[in-house]
Amino acid sequence: MEIKAPTPQIPPAVWTEFKDLQEWEKLHQTRPEGDKHSALFETLEDGVFNFPGGFIVTTVADAFFNWARKSSVWPVTFGLACCAIEMMATFASRFDVERLGMVPFASPRHSDLMIVSGTVTIKMAPMLKRIYEQIPDPKWAVSMGSCANSGGPFRHGYHVVKGVDRVIPVDVYVPGCPPPPDSLLYGLLKLQEQISHFRKTGQRATPTEKTD
Amino acid sequence: MLTPGQARGLVQERFGVTASGEGSLLVVEAPADRWLELGGFARETLGCVYFAFMTAVDWKEQGLEVVARVENLDANFAVFMKTKLGPGETRCASLQPVWRGADWMERECYDMFGIRFEGHPDLRRILLPQDWEGHPLLKSYAVDTPHPPYR
Repeated sequence: MEIKAPTPQIPPAVWTEFKDLQEWEKLHQTRPEGDKHSALFETLEDGVFNFPGGFIVTTVADAFFNWARKSSVWPVTFGLACCAIEMMATFASRFDVERLGMVPFASPRHSDLMIVSGTVTIKMAPMLKRIYEQIPDPKWAVSMGSCANSGGPFRHGYHVVKGVDRVIPVDVYVPGCPPPPDSLLYGLLKLQEQISHFRKTGQRATPTEKTD
Repeated sequence: MLTPGQARGLVQERFGVTASGEGSLLVVEAPADRWLELGGFARETLGCVYFAFMTAVDWKEQGLEVVARVENLDANFAVFMKTKLGPGETRCASLQPVWRGADWMERECYDMFGIRFEGHPDLRRILLPQDWEGHPLLKSYAVDTPHPPYR
């Protein structure tokens, strides 16, 4: 008996020339030049600091700038997995990060902080890195939850990045699976503490101790 | 309307195998070269229009086994189709001409087990990145296979 197989009505694939994101990423691995503005600012600050009595100016200015920086850390809303629910609870009215000067913002180009909340897969890592690179300097990153810290329960999976610190630099690790809003709030306060000790341009404090 | 008992009789008559499984579930095992025929038979004769899922089993040295479940939603019975590809064999007939829903399932099966479905219009990886090496659900795939640049 013959089989009445209908001819497929699916149009042929048009994306055969599709460039994979990771291929694209390889073309943009390095910046052509260093950060010229930061370097200029640093030399200026060094000059003022070495001037007699100039350290008073620089420390006061640093304190002022750090106060300004830590009082308006805008996190980009970047939810990856179930930790994002806790992150949303932290952003919402009960825990209310806005009293710390944090406005959850849906654009990386207007943000200062990236809360990596959830499992980072190898396929997601290039996108995460690209969004992180869109944040203007100075920028910070909080690794939220076991998955982002080390891979967590999916550590032995074939597709999971074993810790988001293999992709982007991380300032504060928040343990928990998922961390409750209190934990994340504590981590954000730790981050503010780090920012208030932000020394000169690009020189940041050491990250918190990493616990899975 | 076709009852599961009548469907069992039709399978026995056509393929010469007794469908195992009990009640409204028919488990039919066919040789690999009659896989497409089994698919067409299940759709046209048994009326299984709904393609539920497809996956594969790696029996190590005995080779791969492709399994698929299709359902007849009117008569309320399901056919569980199985075929063994044989040791070292990765080619299999595609069911995409019979059920369009098999398209992405076969792509996933190719992605995870490396089974080449012959007759599939667009057999690419669907879950993993296109430049991924290896097929992770095979028993021979080492979990700690490095995948640069992130691990």
